Amino acid sequence: MLDKVLFYFFAGIAVASAALMVTRRNVVHSAIFLITALLATAGIFLQLRAEFLFIVQIILYVGGIMVLFVFVIMLVNLDVALQQIQFARQKWVALIVALALAGQIGVMFWTSGKMPGQGLPVLTAVAANRLPLNSEAVAKNLFDSYLLPFEIASVLLLVAMIGAVVMAKKRA
Amino acid sequence: MNAALQATLEFWKLYWAPLLCGVAVVAILPLIVGYIVLVERKIMADMQARLGPMRVGPHGLLQPIADAVKLLIKEDIIPENADKLVFWLAPVLSVGAGLLSLAGLAIGPAFQIAEDVNIGILFVVGISALGIFGIVLGGWASNSHYSLMGALRSSAQLVSYETAAGMALVSALLFTGSLNIKSIVEAQSKEGIWFVLLAPAAFFTYLVASIAETNRAPFDLPEAESELVAGYMTEFSGFRWSLYFLAEYTNMIVVASVATTLFLGGWLRPFSGVSWLNFLDFAPPLLLIAIGAYCVLRVTKQPTRVQQLFMLAVAGLCFVVALVLAAPVVLPVIKPSLREALAPFYAGIHGGFWFIFKVSLYIYFFMWLRFTMPRYRFDQLMRLGWHFLIPLSIINVLLVGVALIVGAYFHLQGWGLLLVTTPAAILALVAAFLILAVEKQHDARQDQTAASDFYAG
Repeated sequence: MLDKVLFYFFAGIAVASAALMVTRRNVVHSAIFLITALLATAGIFLQLRAEFLFIVQIILYVGGIMVLFVFVIMLVNLDVALQQIQFARQKWVALIVALALAGQIGVMFWTSGKMPGQGLPVLTAVAANRLPLNSEAVAKNLFDSYLLPFEIASVLLLVAMIGAVVMAKKRA
Repeated sequence: MNAALQATLEFWKLYWAPLLCGVAVVAILPLIVGYIVLVERKIMADMQARLGPMRVGPHGLLQPIADAVKLLIKEDIIPENADKLVFWLAPVLSVGAGLLSLAGLAIGPAFQIAEDVNIGILFVVGISALGIFGIVLGGWASNSHYSLMGALRSSAQLVSYETAAGMALVSALLFTGSLNIKSIVEAQSKEGIWFVLLAPAAFFTYLVASIAETNRAPFDLPEAESELVAGYMTEFSGFRWSLYFLAEYTNMIVVASVATTLFLGGWLRPFSGVSWLNFLDFAPPLLLIAIGAYCVLRVTKQPTRVQQLFMLAVAGLCFVVALVLAAPVVLPVIKPSLREALAPFYAGIHGGFWFIFKVSLYIYFFMWLRFTMPRYRFDQLMRLGWHFLIPLSIINVLLVGVALIVGAYFHLQGWGLLLVTTPAAILALVAAFLILAVEKQHDARQDQTAASDFYAG
């Protein structure tokens, strides 16, 4: 019961602030609502006893990326930006893509559990005290089963970082 | 409705103790912060050869309460062109993040609000880092240039130094293999040596980075009064301003506690594993008795009757605390059969004392620095962060890892590990200084061709 209440609490905050983030005209307000959405998602991770994902979500997305976002936003002259048209004009394309995505997700929900091997996987519940320690479990998966993808991803990020530095240096 | 009630009851049954502790911390912390400020003013006065606050209570002991009343009844001003909602939200965010991160800390083996959290130290560090939004949004919402500059500097500074601090934490965590605060302290107790000796370069990095992260002098550029009036809190007054103040000091407590837990042995007594040094257990009660006795001796010097009584009350408080601290170490000497029964009390009370003692020393060091060092320039701050601390911390992680592998190969443990970790720290420092020298030469060559503008970070 408590789990359900917590889930709907965090999920409600996440959905509501995501909607508010898209509709606000003021960019800083949008950023604040994006932060709330990310924090609420972190809350859902915590409610699922995935503590490591919870704190990584907060440190990386909220504490790292969003700080840089807000930093850049503050350098923009907001009075000028507010007078410009902020919303992209591909309304119809966006609508079609969004509907297609919604349909896809709907089918996923609809078919899950009806036929084996289709839709969302149904996980069996485990008592909280018998779960493996979260950070250890993540580390084991990351550096054992998924070592190669992990290394490739980190090399990719490194390349992007070096690329950004090179481009910034050239201009100066 | 019934279901909601049931959920509330379930919640209460599970979490009443941590909730009450949380309320207690939120209620008591402003008072503690007030007294830290008083101590800071006294230390500043001492270093500048004057007396500091003396009028309110004996030796200004009631000054924090007078200050709090003054701040609470001050007029609350919101600038006309401010973004009202964000202006309201920002200080709350700042102080909320600081208070929330306290939940993960362990003051002694018995006192921890969120007990045995798997992510322990990451929780404290990650949540307290959110406080930067309070600073940045507050600076932006004030709609003033000074505030915005302060906020920009603050975010640039925090982003720069967080990397170094995180890497420093990693090199210490390599010794424990766990993020859980209890396991970290237990690992130091098992090794019989604190990580400050095993990872001195990491401790140094964390020390510098933590000063920068709490916006304290000599890195207090976001609120540099000679340049930016008061930086991000220029437009804040009264209660909102005091919330920022509370957040700054809460953050100091948090970084000091993290450093204590990770590097200074947490709640462990110095040399806790050495049995012939067990007489050190008598140091805490004796220290408090000495302070109390000094207060009693000074009673006659107080000018008024009220102040004399107050001084006696302070002495009495010291004696009571000394009694509490003495009970678990003196009673077993009188009656050895009590040792078993008193062990948890000893661990809890003395653990709490040593933890608070070390945190106080760390905060004292912050104050000492504040009153002796001139403020850094912004480009110097950035150079120190990016060209020295970040390379140092990354190289240190690498070398500490190598040292641990070598140590495991030769079956080194405890103090023996120093044989491999000390060369690693020295190598890391040398490498970092080399990088700094090379960068400096490079910068000097660039400065000759074009005057560079570091200012905005």
